[in-house]
Amino acid sequence: MPLEHGAVPWLLAVALVTAGPHVEHLPWWLSLLVAVTLLWRAWLWRQHRRLPPRWALSLLVLGMIGAIGWQFRTLFGKDAGVALLVVFMALKPLEMNSRRDAMVVVMLGYFLLLTHYLYSQGIATGLWLLSATTLLTAALIRLHGGPQPIAAVARHAGLLLAQALPFMLILYLLFPRVSGPLWGLPQDAHSGLSGLSEQMAPGSISRLIQSGAIAFRSRFAGELPEKADLYWRGPVFDDYDGLTWRARALPGKPPPAPKVEGIGQAHAYTSILEAHNRRWLLALDVPTSLPADSSLAPTLEALAREPVRARARFSFVSSVDYRANVSEAPAILQQALTLPPRSNPRSRALAAEWAARPPGKIAEAALAMFRKQNFHYTLQAPLLGTNAMDEFLFETRRGFCEHYASAFVFLMRAAGVPARVVAGYQGGEINPVDGYLTVRQSDAHAWSEIWLAGRGWVRFDPTAAVAPSRIDQGIVAALPVGETLPIVIRLDSDWLRQLRNRWEATNNAWNQWVLGYNPQRQREVLSRFGWREPDWRGMTASLAALCGVALLIVTLWTLPRRRTVEPILAAWQKYCAQLERRGIVRAEWEGPRDFADRVARERPDLAALTSQAAGYYADLRYGPHSRNAADTLRQLQQCRHRLPPRRRKQA
Amino acid sequence: MPAPTSLQRWLFRLARDQQLPIVLGQRRIFIVPTGAGFVFAIVLVVMMVGAINYNLGLGHALIFLLAGLGIVAMVHTFNNLFGLRLTPGRAASVFAGDLARFPLQLENARRQPRRALDFSFAGQPVASIDLPAEGLATVAIPYGTRCRGRLDPGRITLSSRFPIGLFRAWSYPHPDWSCVVYPKPLRTPLPRPSAALDTDDLQGDNGQEDFAGLRPRQSGDPTRHIAWKAVARRPDDQPHLVKQFAGGATAELSLDWLLTPTDGGPENRLSILAGWVISADEQQARYGLKLPGRQIAPGHGERHREHCLQTLALYGDSGEHKVPGQL
Repeated sequence: MPLEHGAVPWLLAVALVTAGPHVEHLPWWLSLLVAVTLLWRAWLWRQHRRLPPRWALSLLVLGMIGAIGWQFRTLFGKDAGVALLVVFMALKPLEMNSRRDAMVVVMLGYFLLLTHYLYSQGIATGLWLLSATTLLTAALIRLHGGPQPIAAVARHAGLLLAQALPFMLILYLLFPRVSGPLWGLPQDAHSGLSGLSEQMAPGSISRLIQSGAIAFRSRFAGELPEKADLYWRGPVFDDYDGLTWRARALPGKPPPAPKVEGIGQAHAYTSILEAHNRRWLLALDVPTSLPADSSLAPTLEALAREPVRARARFSFVSSVDYRANVSEAPAILQQALTLPPRSNPRSRALAAEWAARPPGKIAEAALAMFRKQNFHYTLQAPLLGTNAMDEFLFETRRGFCEHYASAFVFLMRAAGVPARVVAGYQGGEINPVDGYLTVRQSDAHAWSEIWLAGRGWVRFDPTAAVAPSRIDQGIVAALPVGETLPIVIRLDSDWLRQLRNRWEATNNAWNQWVLGYNPQRQREVLSRFGWREPDWRGMTASLAALCGVALLIVTLWTLPRRRTVEPILAAWQKYCAQLERRGIVRAEWEGPRDFADRVARERPDLAALTSQAAGYYADLRYGPHSRNAADTLRQLQQCRHRLPPRRRKQA
Repeated sequence: MPAPTSLQRWLFRLARDQQLPIVLGQRRIFIVPTGAGFVFAIVLVVMMVGAINYNLGLGHALIFLLAGLGIVAMVHTFNNLFGLRLTPGRAASVFAGDLARFPLQLENARRQPRRALDFSFAGQPVASIDLPAEGLATVAIPYGTRCRGRLDPGRITLSSRFPIGLFRAWSYPHPDWSCVVYPKPLRTPLPRPSAALDTDDLQGDNGQEDFAGLRPRQSGDPTRHIAWKAVARRPDDQPHLVKQFAGGATAELSLDWLLTPTDGGPENRLSILAGWVISADEQQARYGLKLPGRQIAPGHGERHREHCLQTLALYGDSGEHKVPGQL
């Protein structure tokens, strides 16, 4: 079946809407190709020109595939695959002669819509794609229904999608979810995730805090701990090479499982962790109960079995007062005393002065030094040389949390106290809209732990000694005036803050219900509806039953409920009803001619029109079959609109 | 087409529709996915694999929305036919080889228009029509005729893929319908007026004696009437002129089966007779028709012509003459 000329712009719009937004992920020459081919096709359409020959298009497609292979070094994977689909979408309209070709364009369009979610799954993307789906469906309607007013096509497409919504909800809720991936993802699948990394060098955290992105959100079942107790534990660094701190896997047999003893109140909470492509789960220090599929590392951080590659929910119980590893493995203590040899002589000398004191006093001495001497908390720390600790402690004295934490640990180790650096997040902000505590990358922090005999690992935060407001009030209050932070973090006006809170709460609900709806969450939700142990058989059965009910409702809604009157009789009855409102009632038994005669006697002003209407009706109803019956019916339908306006009822 | 089995007869309701108008209820509308519908399903499955693999929550939502769209499209396609009322009209007679057109009046009582309704007879061209909301329309369903007789076009295939082409709904209305197909006319010269006609007018007035003027030659005009002198004076590309004779209007022609050449077989002879009827009617002659066992008294006019052609069309038929489908 040949493609109608008038349907072509719809299909070009489909190509534009589905391929267009990919421009930002595509190489520039490919975007140019999309623009040029679509414009060319539109010009051919306007000029009623013939389409280019098939061999030329085949050459163009092969050339493009080659160019994509050269650009991406592969034809598989996310970006190359999307680029290929975009090429097909750009070139298929040039080979679009029949309705079948047009169907291929729309199907390809539906597929391309899905690929947008690889890059963004926000609310805005969702809304944009909903309207794109409406456009694609409207194109199908235009393709199969012939020329129609645009508004009618749009209304019909909207109606179809509105009726499809209940099916979507049922399927979404009940379709047995499979947890992916089904096979290994290409390497570019998780690029560009931000968060703490597996090592800490001066500047790594101060770079991270420039981002206002959310690291995770937590909701506490009971009351919130004190803000100063909100230390979310990430990677623990116990290996120092003079510049960089690293987490080091201990050689030999794995150390015994850590022993954690919570004192005082236990806090139960659920965290929704953003993907960061690492294993740590950022539990509140220190977790006493962990979610399934996770474990507590010897260094006390909660670890997932696999790196967190998608936003996920985890439930914990934590105690902010605790005793951890009162009896520690010797290998770990040994590691916590190791320093690179022959560096930072002045720092070592200072530590040696303190070495005779008990370990707790040594730590206090170090904190007192930070507090009383002229140390500054700033993002703009000067660069440090080979003897970084000496330069920092005795010369520059300006630094961020990573400088203070590593200097503190260096001094402790030099004085013979087992110590290590802990990275993670500190604090967070309650969103009053949904009650979630929001923790951002800007809350990233580093602190220290020392091991005291009889007490286990105890947290010391040297940053708190330098800038107490960092812990009490957050990063914005602690930094000196004039240091730049992104606008998201440093929101001064109340209404902007409120707007952001609202937006983030909406996003959070979206994330949990739309993006984070995985097999586990599906079970949780179904059990909230009182369904204890949902399995895929039960879900499929209820899915089918509910879809059947929805289909029945849609069918009953769409199909006429009452007996319809045939249009000829309906038009005549409507005309008579109008006369009835003007005081002339047609009797059941009165034929059209008799009635018209009576109207002529009683209301001469309506005589002409009524006899006309009666004539049309009689022709249509009793006359011979005629070819222009459709026109006659239209005229009969017009008659009632031609009646003079109704006067007030005469007394 | 093989004879329908009793199962097909029951399933597709092959019996003729006696009750008019024909109303399409759910029992007589069938619906299956089209090729595009199957492709759509495959696309959804592939999309599903992608959405699971990349863990796209919103992708799941899109796929489920499209699946819902497919289900809803089925209802809408069905609904495009449901409740449609059809009233068959009379088909005008045609000559064999021409397109017969069967008029069908469609009534839509609904407030929504019905679009892209396709009507066709088996193996015949398709007529498409849109039906306005609460309105009427008449569709002429074409049938390419091949041979003379009473044509039974068989059942109508009424189908629609509206709105989005994923499903095709169809129905088989089968009105009690027929159309008379005249023999394909073969234009040959008219026979000489019969000597057996009324003797009073015979003398010198047989329509070929008194020269009355010239007119352009039509096919079927005998070559001996061509005005060769006039032709010689005219340029080549002009049609030849023939001499017209007075008295033709009152001449009585007997179009006799026995006057037709026997070499072409009976159908050919009927075609020649049909051609004579048309020629005689064009010359406004009085003519009669003689067939073995059948005789029509001389007469003239539209009705007479139709009567003669119909007799030729149905000649030799005891009852229904089933014309096999074209091609």
